[in-house]
Amino acid sequence: MVHPFLILEWLAHKLHLDSILAPLISNPDSLKALIYTALVSGILITVAFVTSRSVSMVPSGMQNFMESVVSGIDGLIESTMGEEGRAYFPMLATFAMFILVSNLIALVPGFYPPTACVNTNAALALTVFVMTHVIGFKKHGAAYLKHFMGPILWLAPLIFIIEIIGHIARPLSLTLRLFGNMWGHEIVLMIFIMLVPFLVPMPMMLMGVLVAFIQTFVFTMLAMIYIAGALEEAH
Amino acid sequence: MEFFSWCMIAAGIGMGIGSFGTGIGQGLAIKSACEGVARNPGASGKIMTIMMVGLAMVESLAIYVFVVAMIILFANPMKADVLALLAK
Repeated sequence: MVHPFLILEWLAHKLHLDSILAPLISNPDSLKALIYTALVSGILITVAFVTSRSVSMVPSGMQNFMESVVSGIDGLIESTMGEEGRAYFPMLATFAMFILVSNLIALVPGFYPPTACVNTNAALALTVFVMTHVIGFKKHGAAYLKHFMGPILWLAPLIFIIEIIGHIARPLSLTLRLFGNMWGHEIVLMIFIMLVPFLVPMPMMLMGVLVAFIQTFVFTMLAMIYIAGALEEAH
Repeated sequence: MEFFSWCMIAAGIGMGIGSFGTGIGQGLAIKSACEGVARNPGASGKIMTIMMVGLAMVESLAIYVFVVAMIILFANPMKADVLALLAK
């Protein structure tokens, strides 16, 4: 259940883009997620491009805003992961900004949040999952496997299975948390609009702003914690 | 047809039980966070961060129940079989 009129989907239909994109996707529902993901990426790339064209010593306008965003994320990374987390700033900041813009776009009528489609979230969560282990192997080499062994050697086969299940549960929970929150919010909003279309959905939309920020924060925070867990020494 | 009414009941009661436990858990977490901030207001930033992550962890249980309820209601895997049985 999403907004009944999605402007970009309508536009794609009018321009016959959907028949071109149709062979690329298995599920026709994910077409709108695909289109709106492209929109969000476009917004982010344009803002970054426009801001970085005219960087000056004394920031003004857009540069002020982007500097506060970047330094906020940087401070969060440093307080959570320490100094060595700085290297992963580009990836984590991209996650944060992409998810935030995707969540906030849901509040504009006629727009669909790409994060309300389970495939988008699965892509993000699998990226975190793969990157965590790539970073772990890069940092520790084969000794990274000790992370999965536990402290006692003869218990290692048992611990190994439990750890693997725990690690597979991570992308699942990351995916479903973001998906459930955003999709649930869409459904609640649409039900409210169906019941009383005037003024009553406003508090729910206000809560949507809160949910958008908190879910962005939680996703980024958990990605940081997972990467920090892969970076630390096995004990 | 009875199958579908049982689906509705299962989704509703499941959501109720799921949010019951999650509500208690989140309440306890917020209670402890409030106490911590009252005792040491200087640590409020750190407590806030940890509380948010913890709340999200607890909340994901309710979200799992919600997803399962939505699968039961909107994307029931048994629906085609039941409809084929009904048609007989």
